[in-house]
Amino acid sequence: MRPLDETETDAVFRKLHSFTGHNLKNIVENPSHEGPEPNPGRYCFRLHKNKVYYVSESLVKRATNISRKNLASLGTCIGKFTHGGSFHLTIQALNLLAANAKHKVWLKPTSEMSFLYGNHVLKGGLGRITDSISKNDGVVVFSMSDVPLGFGSAARSTQDCRKLDPNGIVVHHQADIGEYLRMEDEL
Amino acid sequence: MAPAALNKTKGSKLQKPPPKKKPKNDIFTEKHLKEDDILDDSGSSDEEVEDQEEFDIDEQGSASGSDILSDGDDTFTDDFLQGNDDEEKVSSSDSGKDSGSDSGSDSDSRSDSDESDIEKKSRALDERKAREEKDAEEEMRLNIAEEHDEFRLPTKEELEDEAHRPPDLPNIQRRIREIVRVLSNFKDLKQEGTRRKDYIEQFKMDLCSYYGYNDFLIGVFVEMFPVNELIELVEAFEKPRPICLRTNTLKTRRRDLADVLLNRGVNLDPLSKWSKLQSASSFLPVMALAPQEKERIVDMAAAPGGKTTYIAALMKNSGIIYANEMKVPRLKSLTANLHRMGVTNTIVCNYDGRELTKVLGHNAVDRVLLDAPCSGTGVISKDESVKTFKSFEEIQKCAHLQKQLILAAIDMVDASSKSGGYIVYSTCSMMVAENEAVINYALKMRDVKLVPCGLDFGRPGFIRFREHRFHPSLEKTRRFYPHVNNMDGFFVAKLKKMSNSIPTVAPSEPLESVEQASVPNESNREKKIAEPLKKTGAMKKGGGLINGVSDNRNVESPSPAENRKKRKFPSREEISKVREEKRRALREGKKKTARKSGTKE
Repeated sequence: MRPLDETETDAVFRKLHSFTGHNLKNIVENPSHEGPEPNPGRYCFRLHKNKVYYVSESLVKRATNISRKNLASLGTCIGKFTHGGSFHLTIQALNLLAANAKHKVWLKPTSEMSFLYGNHVLKGGLGRITDSISKNDGVVVFSMSDVPLGFGSAARSTQDCRKLDPNGIVVHHQADIGEYLRMEDEL
Repeated sequence: MAPAALNKTKGSKLQKPPPKKKPKNDIFTEKHLKEDDILDDSGSSDEEVEDQEEFDIDEQGSASGSDILSDGDDTFTDDFLQGNDDEEKVSSSDSGKDSGSDSGSDSDSRSDSDESDIEKKSRALDERKAREEKDAEEEMRLNIAEEHDEFRLPTKEELEDEAHRPPDLPNIQRRIREIVRVLSNFKDLKQEGTRRKDYIEQFKMDLCSYYGYNDFLIGVFVEMFPVNELIELVEAFEKPRPICLRTNTLKTRRRDLADVLLNRGVNLDPLSKWSKLQSASSFLPVMALAPQEKERIVDMAAAPGGKTTYIAALMKNSGIIYANEMKVPRLKSLTANLHRMGVTNTIVCNYDGRELTKVLGHNAVDRVLLDAPCSGTGVISKDESVKTFKSFEEIQKCAHLQKQLILAAIDMVDASSKSGGYIVYSTCSMMVAENEAVINYALKMRDVKLVPCGLDFGRPGFIRFREHRFHPSLEKTRRFYPHVNNMDGFFVAKLKKMSNSIPTVAPSEPLESVEQASVPNESNREKKIAEPLKKTGAMKKGGGLINGVSDNRNVESPSPAENRKKRKFPSREEISKVREEKRRALREGKKKTARKSGTKE
């Protein structure tokens, strides 16, 4: 387990930024309630076996005496680095993203299940959409009752979406909570 | 009597369903249990029936018995005829002697309104016959008092016959119930010349074959429960327990979840007892643990994570949880569940529980939850293979591991923690060796004390069981049973660590080594006993193994007792020496006085 280096940090932040925008500050500087000390420490990112974890400092301190081989997970895993070196966010990051998301999309109840099965979001399933989404932004997908379902990248800007026919893709699917059931092993 | 004699054939053929339909005829059914068996199996072939009758007469020793039997049958044949077309054909081909039965068989072919008239007539006839019967019954009662209400245990030949045939389930079930009845009122109902033990042996065998258990498990259950409860327990294991849900309070509220599920068509009953929390057996240990916010908690056997996530929810994601799991494949489901539930304060590690003290240090955490790996005898309703695959050795192995784990758990806890210092030990097993024995061991080896679990239902644990005697505070532990609490079989104990020191009782180490030594010894003995037994028949093996088990236990208890004696040897010897000296002194004193008095005199 080690802290991220320059390039890695860069990659992670860039991805996060596409979802959260200015709120990235919140993520990094969030006072944490975890850990037994009364003072809230801060969160940090750690790399362990190609996965990036978002943990509070006090947790990290405690975990240092667990050997590398035996440590399975810390705090929340937010993403993985691939062999090629690119960073992908995984579904476990959803909580974090949803709290700080800038671009949101709400789905109609009928198309919730479709998204949870891994399909892209179509115009016909769109309930609401925040303004000022531009192409290839990170978007967090919610249900009408504000339950975060997953995230993806915008296929087109908000303006374009309005003109779209009902079968056009609005959000490319990247991750959804159905993956917990479908792809348990890969998490 | 002529019609009676003629009707014998018909009567015994048709005897199949009447015993089931007419409970008041218990007397007859019990006596002719064997007859029923063979009849049930072979249908109604004449030869068998004749053999049956001879058999019957031989057993009874009196022709009057069989006459009354057929009389009784006649009554029921009529009702029976009206109900069942198949039998009707058989009877009509054979009989014709009895006007009642004729009318009965005819009536079926007519319309319903006609039937009722004739039914009435035949019923009147039946009643008359029933009255006659009753008189006859009472006579019999007076005459054959002993054989009367009795259920006869099948003899060896009969059992062998049964073993060759495919298992006759209704018969076995009937026999099980009969034995329960007999055992409940043993003095009055027992068969002459048989002991209680025979009944219990037969009972065990029947349970094994009817429900699919192996001998060892049934033997253990028979020791733990009275017979009636045992039946309830076994029945309860056959059915799945209701699935309980727990709302993830980190993410939603109970009411919202209930609404969503109801919309999807799920049948939901809120478990009302705890208004906030829903309980099933796997949540009880966490409730007993009662983790506070900002504590350090260790969950020593965490996968798949139900309890860990619950702890996190109770702690509202504050503090730290160390979730440990020994088996790598289960780690994945653990991490997945933790993330899915939005738990952020957890460190997941993959250690053998016994090594955790080295990693985390002694006296490092506030509370520990140990849901020990066990034989799973409490969750038979989920996993039926437990019925057949558990043996004494496995239980002992589990118990050994659990003892080591609990010591490690105790060592990790900091007794001087402000809000904590608690260890909760739980298993999903009902075996005394895995539950009370382990807690007893912990009480001896460390400075811990049992405290009430905070669960107000469930039965207190055993304080004594067969030849074991446990510390009296063990009544604060709790046992849960499927037939009593409608959840899986479970055991929970809550310990509080009083101080961080390990009591320096010299026997502690020898005790451990003795126990470890005795475990392989037992397993060796067990193997030796098992091997020769494998050669004998199945029934005898069952009996032999059970004997082997009891032998082992008996052997085991004196040896630790001896060892205890050896260890306390110095002090006891000292005491005895002192006493002897005193006695000698007294004797000498007496002698002196005697001499004095003697000399005086």
